[in-house]
Amino acid sequence: MSDNTRQMNSARREFLSKAGATAGAVAVAPGVFLTAPAAAKPADEKVSDDKRWGLLIDTGKCANGCDACVSACENENGWGGNDNSEKQSSEEQRAQWIRKVQLKEKATGHVSALPLMCQHCETPPCVDVCPTGASFRRVDGIVLVDKHICIGCRYCMMACPYKARSFIHEDLTDQKPWTPRGKGTVESCTLCVHRVDEGGTPACVEACKAENHNAMFFGDLYDENSEISQQLEQHGGKQIRADLGLNTGVRYRGI
Amino acid sequence: MKLALNYREIEGKSTGFWVLLGGLGLLIVLALGAVLHMEHSGHYVTGMSNQIVWGMPHVFAIFLIVAASGALNVASIGTVFGKPLYKPLGRLSGLLSIALLLGGLMVLVLDLGRPDRLIVAMTYYNFKSIFAWNIILYNGFLAITIVYLWLMMERKMNRYYQSAGYVAFVWRLILTTGTGSIFGWLVAREAYDMALLAPMFIIMSFSYGLAVFILVLMAAYNWTNRPLGNAILYRLKNLLGVFIAAVLYFVAVYHLSNLYATEHHSVERFILMDGGIYTTLFWLVQILLGSLVPLVMVYHPSIGKSRPAIATACALVIIGGLAQLYVLLIGGQAFPLDMFPGYEVSSSFFDGVVNSYSPSIWEITLGVGGIAIALLLVTVAVRVLRFLPETLDDGVVDPHAAKAD
Repeated sequence: MSDNTRQMNSARREFLSKAGATAGAVAVAPGVFLTAPAAAKPADEKVSDDKRWGLLIDTGKCANGCDACVSACENENGWGGNDNSEKQSSEEQRAQWIRKVQLKEKATGHVSALPLMCQHCETPPCVDVCPTGASFRRVDGIVLVDKHICIGCRYCMMACPYKARSFIHEDLTDQKPWTPRGKGTVESCTLCVHRVDEGGTPACVEACKAENHNAMFFGDLYDENSEISQQLEQHGGKQIRADLGLNTGVRYRGI
Repeated sequence: MKLALNYREIEGKSTGFWVLLGGLGLLIVLALGAVLHMEHSGHYVTGMSNQIVWGMPHVFAIFLIVAASGALNVASIGTVFGKPLYKPLGRLSGLLSIALLLGGLMVLVLDLGRPDRLIVAMTYYNFKSIFAWNIILYNGFLAITIVYLWLMMERKMNRYYQSAGYVAFVWRLILTTGTGSIFGWLVAREAYDMALLAPMFIIMSFSYGLAVFILVLMAAYNWTNRPLGNAILYRLKNLLGVFIAAVLYFVAVYHLSNLYATEHHSVERFILMDGGIYTTLFWLVQILLGSLVPLVMVYHPSIGKSRPAIATACALVIIGGLAQLYVLLIGGQAFPLDMFPGYEVSSSFFDGVVNSYSPSIWEITLGVGGIAIALLLVTVAVRVLRFLPETLDDGVVDPHAAKAD
């Protein structure tokens, strides 16, 4: 058992003891809990470290050529797309919160593909290097940028091993109210925090399911009954650049 | 008998003085114009992108900041190591280090995405961030060096200046450790992620800082017709030779360490062989023109005694230093991140490809503006305060050398 799994398990036990009291509610309304992996969090309630949100991506099911997850993220969060709001910026300058990466194993020629986004590390290098604390990790594992105190120094972009962050090179219009973005600041995948806080799932996961590919699973890594935990327990899951020991919240199968 | 050492403001009435001020002022105005354009339009007008996030302004800014700490060495050699020959140069050394640091910080701050939020960086600190430490280190350096200069220049306070010199010396070593660690502690990128970068930046600062110091010293004495003896100049250029050689040694160890680890072979191949502009800059500008040529020049028995040759050697060290930082900073980002060892990767976000960068005129103008502001500060300061000895003739600085001649 890896250290990371062990960390998860100890927190899982803690979660279970706290969750005992709510077990009755699950029994009364099982349907509700099966379709929605998390209950909505009232806006005035603090984020809890009883949960650690994560993603599992099964590259075996991720169809080459399909970019439903990318389009869904664009629509949800208002970046990219045909009507890209970054009109002046070059391709290299435009933001990409999630991208499809094509992989070809040099030794065997095996081809696969996977979506890559912020890996929501437990010990994120972007948070370590941020001078103002604008890069931060919520206690439930979601890594975010506070656009109000980001000074646009881009040190987090230098530090991220996944090139998951983008800097905004121009003024933006028509933003989504739940995803504020701004010229001169850095942004990245929020794990659709606005949906998660309301008990929903990230747009990319929903889109993958709608395409019937079912290559993405979202859920609480600390809850051993969650689909993501069960999938990880049965089939395992790897971290990209596991050598860095960042304990990412996004795991991959088949790489 | 040793002659008395008198410091005096420069006259500053000649046409040349006003042309110099005007020229530097113009460069600063152009730089501010470039900043206004970049900040108003957004960084899309620059050469930077989401692939190369730190560009030309960072090359200039880091150069100036590193040179700033190095320029203070001349004062430290006089104060901390007690070498009398260097003592008359202490004031200029302190002044130059403050000016270079301010120039570098100006470039760094004005290239931020949100420079208007500088107050945020001054009030919110994440103490795990080396950047946050550096904000404290830079401000502390300015404060300490100003006090050091004051104690040096105020006769009544003279007896305390040695202690301030020690503090400034230790602080400048920590400061450059901080600057090197900005890169040395980045685990994500193969060209960085090496603790050696901290001491390497310190030795780079010795070399760049001294090269800038010698050039400024020669210009100041030449343009004001004040005597600058060979004793001091030859001592400084010989020291520069030692520093150039030391930087070469660190560069060699850096690349050999990377070459020993198989996983870093591709990044080394990129910088040393296949990197196009980065390879050319490394071998031709950094190593040949910026290190080997000036090294030979300063130690050559006859060329090494020629003042134009010494000035040229200093200029080459500065150009080589800028090339070194360009290769390290931009080359290090141009090389793709290796997230999937053993795989060929491709994506819409330029994974697996060498990223391209061409600096825009705006970024270069901003960088040059940083140099201009440093030189303008020095020019104005030596006009209004007593930084420069009236003469640095051999008889004043080193009676023994004068006798030997």
